[in-house]
Amino acid sequence: MPWVTLGDLGVVRSVECGEDKSVRVELTPTYLGCPAIDAMRADAARVLDEAGYRVESVSLRLDPPWTPASISAEGRRKLAEAGIAPPAHVTSTSKHPDFVVPLSLGVRCPRCGSIETALLSRFGASPCQELRRCTACAEPFPAVRS
Amino acid sequence: MSSARVLTALTRTLKPLDAYALGLGDDALIASHRLSEWLTRAPDLEEEVALANVALDQLGQARFLLGYAGRSSGLSEDELAYQRADREYRNCLLVELPNGDFAHTVLRLLFHSAYQRQLYSALGESTDGELAAFAKKACVEVDYHYEYAASWTLRLGDGTEESHDRAMAALTDLWPYTAELFAGDELVTALAGEGLVPEPEEIQGPWMEQVTAILAEATLGTAPSGTWRPGGGRNGMHTEALSYLLAEMQSGHREHREDRASAGA
Repeated sequence: MPWVTLGDLGVVRSVECGEDKSVRVELTPTYLGCPAIDAMRADAARVLDEAGYRVESVSLRLDPPWTPASISAEGRRKLAEAGIAPPAHVTSTSKHPDFVVPLSLGVRCPRCGSIETALLSRFGASPCQELRRCTACAEPFPAVRS
Repeated sequence: MSSARVLTALTRTLKPLDAYALGLGDDALIASHRLSEWLTRAPDLEEEVALANVALDQLGQARFLLGYAGRSSGLSEDELAYQRADREYRNCLLVELPNGDFAHTVLRLLFHSAYQRQLYSALGESTDGELAAFAKKACVEVDYHYEYAASWTLRLGDGTEESHDRAMAALTDLWPYTAELFAGDELVTALAGEGLVPEPEEIQGPWMEQVTAILAEATLGTAPSGTWRPGGGRNGMHTEALSYLLAEMQSGHREHREDRASAGA
């Protein structure tokens, strides 16, 4: 998915840049066993290096953990365009975690836009995806796990 | 053999919290390997993908935990995974038992994921910030594993006569091994006293409640009684099944050890 950036996905947690163009980056994995995380770290370092920065570190940060809510509006749009259903976007107005009730919202078919979709399997082609099927157009499609 | 000597050395050098993390890391690593043995052998493609995903999550957890366990002693995750002998492994016996049939794999995953759920949920409150951050992340992952195992336990137990009998056999075979998950020792008590890890009794109650509810719903009755409750894995006393597993898991590393040594030189 070269059209979706690490920033869009919420994988980039922080970028600190010094006056001497030294830079420190923090990434967070979507899942602990994410097989792509080493490639992401290497890519981030390479791109910064090519842009003339001096990369001090590209480190991993687990806290706070990545959730689909970390995906930006732009990221969700790009995922849907690529045929991967983005998670429904829910923002809580409560500051207290005990008052947040997790809801499972409908997932929209990225092909025909119908909300009538069913879960085929919780496990898909990558740790952060599940497999669904649209009951309107009958096509199966991957969705970001929420 | 030098393994007994190495084990002693490791026991002495690892800090208590590192030794605790090593046990959990070994649980995840061995569980991951057993699950990956299903690849090309699962009942259908969806189950194959599901088991592979669970295995990958467990491997990710193992990598963090082994890395954490070895860091202050200068041991890498690879050294811990590939260069220890069976007696140096600290995983519980439940995860090392051979896969058996699909019902055995499902019941084992039910017991183990329900345990990891309770454990990681409590560990998320640890006074060790790094371990707490890991546990919060891992908690989300094992929720999916539990959901998968619970849904299959229901389908097998409350399915055909054949699937019910197989699930029942798996329950009878595996249940005695679940006691070890909650066997505390001085190490755990000391760490729990500092708020670093949960007390085993604290997670045993919710675990039992959760598991017995699923078993009842799956028409598998109540948990088997019986006094034979094997343990010892956390002290390096394993079944012979672990030795064969390690022989296979570590073979690639042994084969190419010299290549790596020369590449590094």
